[in-house]
Amino acid sequence: MEMLKTIAAIREAALARVAAATSSEELEAIRIQYLGKKGELTGVLRGMGKLPPEERPRVGQLANQVREELEKALQDAKEGLSRREQAARLRAEAIDVTLPGRPVPRGYRHPLYQTLNEIKAIFMGLGFDVAEGPEVESDYYNFEALNLPKEHPARDMQDSFYITEDVLLRTHTSPVQARVMEARRPQVPIRIIAPGKVYRRDDDATHSPMFFQVEGLLVDKRVTFGELKGTLMAFIKQMFGDQVHVRFRPSYFPFTEPSAEVDMSCVMCGGSGCRVCGHTGWLEILGCGMVHPRVLSMSGYDPEEVSGFAFGLGVDRVAMLKYGVDDLRLFYENDLRFLRQF
Amino acid sequence: MRVPYKWLKQYVDIDLPPEELAEKLTMAGLAVENIESLAPDFQGVVAGRIKTIAPHPNAEHLVICRVDAGRELQLVTGAPNVYAGQTVAVALEGARLPAGKEIRRATFRGVASEGMLCSAQELGLDVSLISPADREGIITLPPDAPLGADAAEVLGLNDVVLVLELTPNRADCLSILGVAREVAALTGAPLRLPEIAVREDERRIEDLAAVEIEAPDLCARYVARLVSGVRTGPSPGWLQACLRAAGMRPINNVVDITNFVMLEMGQPLHAFDYDLLQQHRIIVRRAEAGEKIKTLDDVERELDPEMLVIADAARPVAVAGVMGGLETEVTPETTNILIESAHFDGASIRRTSRKLSLRSEASTRFERGVNLEGAAAAADRAAQLMAELAGGSVARGRLDCYVRKRRPVTILLRPERVNYLLGTTLTPAAMKELLERLRLEVSGEGPFQVTVPAYRGDLTREIDLVEEIARLYGYDNIPVTLPGNITAREKQTPAQRWEEAGREAAATAGLAEVVTYSFIGPRVLDQLLLPPGHPWRQAVKIQNPLRDEQSIMRPSLLPGLLEVAGRNASRRVLPVAIYELGRVFIPSGRQLPAEPLRLGGLVMGTTGRGWNWPAVEMDFFYLKGIVENILARLRIKAITWEAATAYPFLHPGRAATIKAGELSLGFLGELHPDVLAAFDLPSRACVFELDWDQAGTLNQRQLGYEPLPRFPAVERDLAVVVGDNLPAAAVEEVIKEAGGHLLKSCTLFDVYQGAPIPEGYKSLAYTLVYQLPDRTLTDAEVNAAQERIQKALEERLGATLRQ
Repeated sequence: MEMLKTIAAIREAALARVAAATSSEELEAIRIQYLGKKGELTGVLRGMGKLPPEERPRVGQLANQVREELEKALQDAKEGLSRREQAARLRAEAIDVTLPGRPVPRGYRHPLYQTLNEIKAIFMGLGFDVAEGPEVESDYYNFEALNLPKEHPARDMQDSFYITEDVLLRTHTSPVQARVMEARRPQVPIRIIAPGKVYRRDDDATHSPMFFQVEGLLVDKRVTFGELKGTLMAFIKQMFGDQVHVRFRPSYFPFTEPSAEVDMSCVMCGGSGCRVCGHTGWLEILGCGMVHPRVLSMSGYDPEEVSGFAFGLGVDRVAMLKYGVDDLRLFYENDLRFLRQF
Repeated sequence: MRVPYKWLKQYVDIDLPPEELAEKLTMAGLAVENIESLAPDFQGVVAGRIKTIAPHPNAEHLVICRVDAGRELQLVTGAPNVYAGQTVAVALEGARLPAGKEIRRATFRGVASEGMLCSAQELGLDVSLISPADREGIITLPPDAPLGADAAEVLGLNDVVLVLELTPNRADCLSILGVAREVAALTGAPLRLPEIAVREDERRIEDLAAVEIEAPDLCARYVARLVSGVRTGPSPGWLQACLRAAGMRPINNVVDITNFVMLEMGQPLHAFDYDLLQQHRIIVRRAEAGEKIKTLDDVERELDPEMLVIADAARPVAVAGVMGGLETEVTPETTNILIESAHFDGASIRRTSRKLSLRSEASTRFERGVNLEGAAAAADRAAQLMAELAGGSVARGRLDCYVRKRRPVTILLRPERVNYLLGTTLTPAAMKELLERLRLEVSGEGPFQVTVPAYRGDLTREIDLVEEIARLYGYDNIPVTLPGNITAREKQTPAQRWEEAGREAAATAGLAEVVTYSFIGPRVLDQLLLPPGHPWRQAVKIQNPLRDEQSIMRPSLLPGLLEVAGRNASRRVLPVAIYELGRVFIPSGRQLPAEPLRLGGLVMGTTGRGWNWPAVEMDFFYLKGIVENILARLRIKAITWEAATAYPFLHPGRAATIKAGELSLGFLGELHPDVLAAFDLPSRACVFELDWDQAGTLNQRQLGYEPLPRFPAVERDLAVVVGDNLPAAAVEEVIKEAGGHLLKSCTLFDVYQGAPIPEGYKSLAYTLVYQLPDRTLTDAEVNAAQERIQKALEERLGATLRQ
């Protein structure tokens, strides 16, 4: 039968062209050529009316079969092509992943405030609240209320910047002690730390005229020197690690008694002696003591009823040890090359 | 306080090496700062005496000395200060001097020298402790040095010194004897006090001198002794060695004895030339206004009526407790000595010595407190030594004006109080034992009555004894516990959290935190172009600044930020993007100034250009973006920006006031070119400062959230032409008002000037988004809103729609 042969020939030719096609445009052209309204196969189907009726079913069946086959081949080819095209495009889009990323501006926290935050977090964990006071302070709170009357020789330990005869830049954060006690009397417990800037007339590699201190105060019924030791040892070990040794050395501050300097084993050499610790193996880290009864009573507490301890910690010193910084002035020069390291 | 080991050992047996003793002292509160070895860096140097001096035949500036150094030697020297009978240091043949120098037999212009006469420098000695006369030539050794003896031994250099860093309460340890008492308490070794015995002659001191105290409030006691017929001259070797090791320069036997007794017993003494005291009278009184005195250091000093002086019948002869006067100084001609051993008020001495900028060993001791009961013994000790070492004869008795007697100090000590405060379980007996080691008298069974010796003026209350017990028991032996009674509390106040939130927000927004000094120089105010009368010029001033650039408290963070920017720029560290959060200081009219918190920042330069991104100039809008970011992050809403000209340090066309309603929060702007120049900033820079306390009041706590939209939004663009002076904020305000609740957002995406927009106008293009939470908007509604906005812009701002 002529018609069946024609259809078979169309099939052969079309499938061959589909197999050879290299672009989706080509495939579309093939589709139009064979399956379009005026396409070859469509033409065959349209010419079916001219066939004798008994041939029509076979021809129609074959034609439909071929059309479906062709449509599927076209579809498959199209998908294959688009996968190859995508693969080629992805290959072409490859980048050098080692090129630098586009920078997003970022900021930095100053190492002193980072250290201060760490100290605050440790003491807050030990149950202390944070309190504050003014940086320009009255002589009364800075000295007198702390058992340092005028012309007391211990005032020489803290060379001060004066605004007037009775107003100065606070030389320590201890005045916050007196202020807090005055405000809270007669309630206990008081458990505060008072961080902040303090000022002394000193300026060299180990002294800055402005520096940071954290004062601590705990007043309650039956507070002991043993608890002072426990609290500060807990702090030092959390700050510097469990391996450090701590010693308490008798000292003198007018506002505490008994008073102590606290040394810890040198974090640089581990206690064997080096330049940082002056070859002693020990680093002075803070001063502390039991709140002097006179300070308690000046602030409105009865030293027979309550006792307390206080301590003062140099934040700059802790930061120097923590980061191995040997010149204090680096913290206040604010060279961005320094600040960006923290 | 310098404590020579050998001197210390005269009063207490020590069988510990210095390092171990130092450790014990340190752990008992007498911190040993350093153990200094005096050991010299020389060998083979001996004491000798010059017998004859002959001129050198061939050299004008050299002489030939015959010296007895155990054996007779011929030595050639060029030293100008040689004399027959002088005791000298002879470096023998083969001697080694500092820096590896070796002494050999040498010939100088034909004359052989069997060694060398040494100077202090050549021996490596501290020249400040050598008599000025010897500094230009060879060193003179003490006259009693055994000839041929090792010079190191003669100079007392085979010793170590414990350098104590004493706390101000331990005035009693400003003496060798005081330290010895402490050592005895710590080691249990017995204490040996010096034997004081004065041989007196027949004359009665009352007939020869008189003492009067006119200011008993400032002088509680004045003891005088008279020693006649002294021969002033160099002190014996041991005395010179003691003084030098303790850091004092030997002068002559009389002065050396007063210094020795001060160092030994802690009582400052003064020796007057008795014959130069008018009417041989001592009057202790306040200075008269305008009175002057030339002190021993040859400086004329003006006195005032707050200062205590020692006067004779006519004039002040010493600034009491600080320094003696030159006119009554002991000189080589002096033969009769009046010894002063007195007790002056510490606070008064401190004020005087500060006013005169004159500190001395004596003033340091009086400031901290001297033993009132020790004055007589010290006077006796000095008289005894002047008789023994200077051939003096001591008049009978002493003048002792003791106008304010010391009251004995007895303290009640409750053993349970000790354990309560320390957290210990010491027995009363153990406490008693510790206190007795300190030579305190303890009576009773507990509570104890504790009697304090006069030299421990620092022990006045029970708590002082608690400390003594703790100290001797050993702080390290006190058991460690942790406080109980921890309650959950707020930890940080809202203000503290707000401050920290500001620091974090600024860092997150891309700025680096800086910390600058709170004090600035007044010149900075001029550099900021502030007119006279500008509020920042009313800054809080420091009376005694270290330097002018740190003499006023900052009224703003700006100076610090500018300084940091300048310093980084000068080191070629750019760009700069920094912030500081800290207090500024504003006079308040009350005793203390106000200390508001400010947040300030500065940007300068361009962000770094990269391989596929451009550099971005950190200009006004860059910084404004950062500030908006910070404010948004901290939920501060309804901020407006207004052009401002009130900031002299800012570019007048690029400055804004940041407002919240009527409240001015701060400013942001580009720095004025003159300010850039004044601070050496290499390029334009922008700054801001916010009142952080004020900002904190606007911070809205996050309460709930806005539900996500469920109905579609409609987006329309709108471009209008307005006069180029009209602030964009005004346009936006009208748009929002006219858009009403339908208008969800309004974003300016283009600002354009130039053709075809006529001169004097600009085009602003917005994307408007319309959306309702409860239903879909119709086209008609959106069109109506859009028209409403156009019309409002036309009517209120004269805007035209851009075609």
